Amino acid sequence: MSTDISIKNGADLNLKGLASMELEVAKKSLNYALNPDDFFGLIPRMLVKEGEKVSKGQPVFHDKNDDSIKIASPVSGKIVEIVRGAKRKILNIIIKSEGDSTVNFKIPALSNIGKDKILELLIESGSLAFIRQRPYNIIARPNRLPKSIFVSTHSTAPYSADYAFILKNRMNEFQTGVDLMSRLIGKPINLSVSYNCESDFTSLKNVDIYKIKGAHPSGNESFQINRIDPLNSGEIVWVIKPEDLANIGSFFKTGIFSPKRTVAVSGDSLKSPKYFDTLIGSSISSLVDSKEFSNTEDYRFINGDPLSGSKVQYSDFIGFYNNTLSVIKEGNHFRMLGWLPFMYNSVPSFSKTSFSWLLGGEKKVNTNLNGEERAIVVTGEMEKYFPMDIFPMQLIKACMRGDIEKMESLGIYEVVPEDFGLVDFSCTSKIEAQEIVKSGIQIMLKEVG
Amino acid sequence: MDFIRKQVDVLKKPFTEGGKLEKLYPAFNAFETMLFVPNHTTSKGSHIRDGVDLKRTMITVIIALVPALFYGMYNTGYQYFIQTNIEFTFLDALLHGAYKIFPMIVVSYAVGLAIEFAFAVYRNHPVNEGYLVTGLLIPMIMPIDMPLWMLAISVVFAVLIAKEAFGGTGMNILNPALTARAFAFFAYPTFMSGDKVWVSEASNVDGISGETILGTLAANGEVAYSSFGMFMGSIPGSVAETSVFFVLIGAMILILTGVGSWRIMLSGVIGASVVGILFNLWGANSLMSFEWYNQLLVGGFAFGIVFMATDPVSAAQTTKGKWIYGFLVGVFCILIRVFNPAYPEGVMLAILLMNVFAPLIDHYVIESNVSMRRKRWQGVKLTTS
Repeated sequence: MSTDISIKNGADLNLKGLASMELEVAKKSLNYALNPDDFFGLIPRMLVKEGEKVSKGQPVFHDKNDDSIKIASPVSGKIVEIVRGAKRKILNIIIKSEGDSTVNFKIPALSNIGKDKILELLIESGSLAFIRQRPYNIIARPNRLPKSIFVSTHSTAPYSADYAFILKNRMNEFQTGVDLMSRLIGKPINLSVSYNCESDFTSLKNVDIYKIKGAHPSGNESFQINRIDPLNSGEIVWVIKPEDLANIGSFFKTGIFSPKRTVAVSGDSLKSPKYFDTLIGSSISSLVDSKEFSNTEDYRFINGDPLSGSKVQYSDFIGFYNNTLSVIKEGNHFRMLGWLPFMYNSVPSFSKTSFSWLLGGEKKVNTNLNGEERAIVVTGEMEKYFPMDIFPMQLIKACMRGDIEKMESLGIYEVVPEDFGLVDFSCTSKIEAQEIVKSGIQIMLKEVG
Repeated sequence: MDFIRKQVDVLKKPFTEGGKLEKLYPAFNAFETMLFVPNHTTSKGSHIRDGVDLKRTMITVIIALVPALFYGMYNTGYQYFIQTNIEFTFLDALLHGAYKIFPMIVVSYAVGLAIEFAFAVYRNHPVNEGYLVTGLLIPMIMPIDMPLWMLAISVVFAVLIAKEAFGGTGMNILNPALTARAFAFFAYPTFMSGDKVWVSEASNVDGISGETILGTLAANGEVAYSSFGMFMGSIPGSVAETSVFFVLIGAMILILTGVGSWRIMLSGVIGASVVGILFNLWGANSLMSFEWYNQLLVGGFAFGIVFMATDPVSAAQTTKGKWIYGFLVGVFCILIRVFNPAYPEGVMLAILLMNVFAPLIDHYVIESNVSMRRKRWQGVKLTTS
């Protein structure tokens, strides 16, 4: 069964340097790292000390407020360093890969495995971290099952990975993941695919297929949830990234935690942008050769897509949930009279005050802010890139004020910061919508829970 | 370009942190960013940003204003020469107008920007581009013979009370340019209305009768101009608002670039037309029976609805709200014209009135969205319990 859904507002940024459909096994990374900041709302409590040995799949830290939220080591090795920042905040836990000890779980026959056993195994193996719960996009709390589960293979963000390509050879594991999740909630899970795509996804069982037609951000789960089964106050849904669902499936097939990660490395300054087969937390240097750049400082490495990813250094590591690594040029240069309308049309712009929209083809980008931050003046532009029955500007203002009642009534439960990626991009006043929404969600999480 | 950049960097030194003129940095920054889009890179949120910024948006509005401004200059000269029966060429008329209008623009920008800069330095925030548009709009909507000191005081009032008191550009409730005009209108009524202010030198030269069409109608007089004349704008009026044709060129620029809201413009025209037609049917006096399409052509209606009502800060902000807001601006404009002979032109007061009501309109639009969401929540609670 499949349902067609057309999501109208939005726009695609056609960026130069998209990873080609070519998969290469990455060099083995020397060190791996886990970054607690990848898990929104999680306060880490270490379970191992510096210098201790860990096995693949062994929990490295858990959430201070809920010890069933465990983050497992992607490799067997030794904790060489716990990098701390201001106020002793843990920034990175660096694991040197050595040996091949693994934590093995005994998996009962999948044909009659019970709900409780599935949950228990998810918790103990650390695979629960692959599942995120809305509202707030935190790691799923196992004490309450969701009303439905969403998996979006329709990726629309610039440079985002093509899940049909990534999972081409893992459909078996993906199906196992789907089966287990649908058994958990007693109904099919919602799987969204791109409208025009004839992929293996459409022949899966235990799924309700939604064919999504639309530009970015229609690939973001929030907009799909809003159309398929809207999230109401007091309800929860789960969201799982496609490769993570295959990882869950793989765990239940083998009994070993699966940290597999296929990363689309994209960027217009890369010689041959392509996909790499690697593991969670592997070093960026194992994917991108520093010889490609005269100076890596002149480039920005982004864990995720350029609209909503997080900034990292060349010496950093692939994030827990990333299927994309973007490399773009830093834009720390001046542009003379660059604010004149119809000047510098090569700078991508949705606004009709530039001919950028007329010029087809792939666009080169850099990190220049293209102006200065201002108070919000122009109205009606955010709505164009926010296809949901929510007033984005009013919600952002409620977040700025930290007004819990307003945030709730304007729909904060239904959004996550990355939904505002294009709002950030297109904003004339250069506000940081994602940051503002994130702070709003943090307040909600703290005060309402 | 590199050479200029280097010179700017040298000049910049005293204004940077630790420099002697550190406090004046916002003022320097305003000039620097005019010359160069800064080298700031994104730090949080999206790593890539659209090429558009507030400077580009504001400059687009100024470009849209230029046709009306040039026609205003010509018309100022034209009205003067035709009424004094002096032979003239196109250039004479343009020069006469420029001679009268340039000082007004200079005063408006000098006074307004001085206050803006002072506030930017005092509050240590960058100078906002909003006044670039306001500063040009103010002289364009004043009578031509307004003494410059009155213009200056109106600007001071508008910038201080209508804008900075609320926190600067983006925070104001009323349109600053219209506030300046409203201030002058009530503070110096003899210079702002009557039949001696709309044509250049009318108060000094006997024999010039510069009554506006709406003024004539309010006094139950006969209108001597054709619809085409009203459309092209060779009629007495405020500096640059008379020509619907040139205002429409500006409107096209605003709509095509997406800078001005076509919804507000269209709904405003619909609102004014509806009320105009209703009054035509009633037809109790010459203002009521003045054809509805001519109502759209005379006075400042076209200029107001295109350049003032669409000010995004003081207008309604939601899409539905914009339709309602624009419609009501049109309705009230004609209502004030017809029912209040003391104010022959209603567009200024109509827009200011709706500026005040815009947040209320938005409130109800947003509330309907909120209650829709609440109903959905309650529906779920009912079915599960």
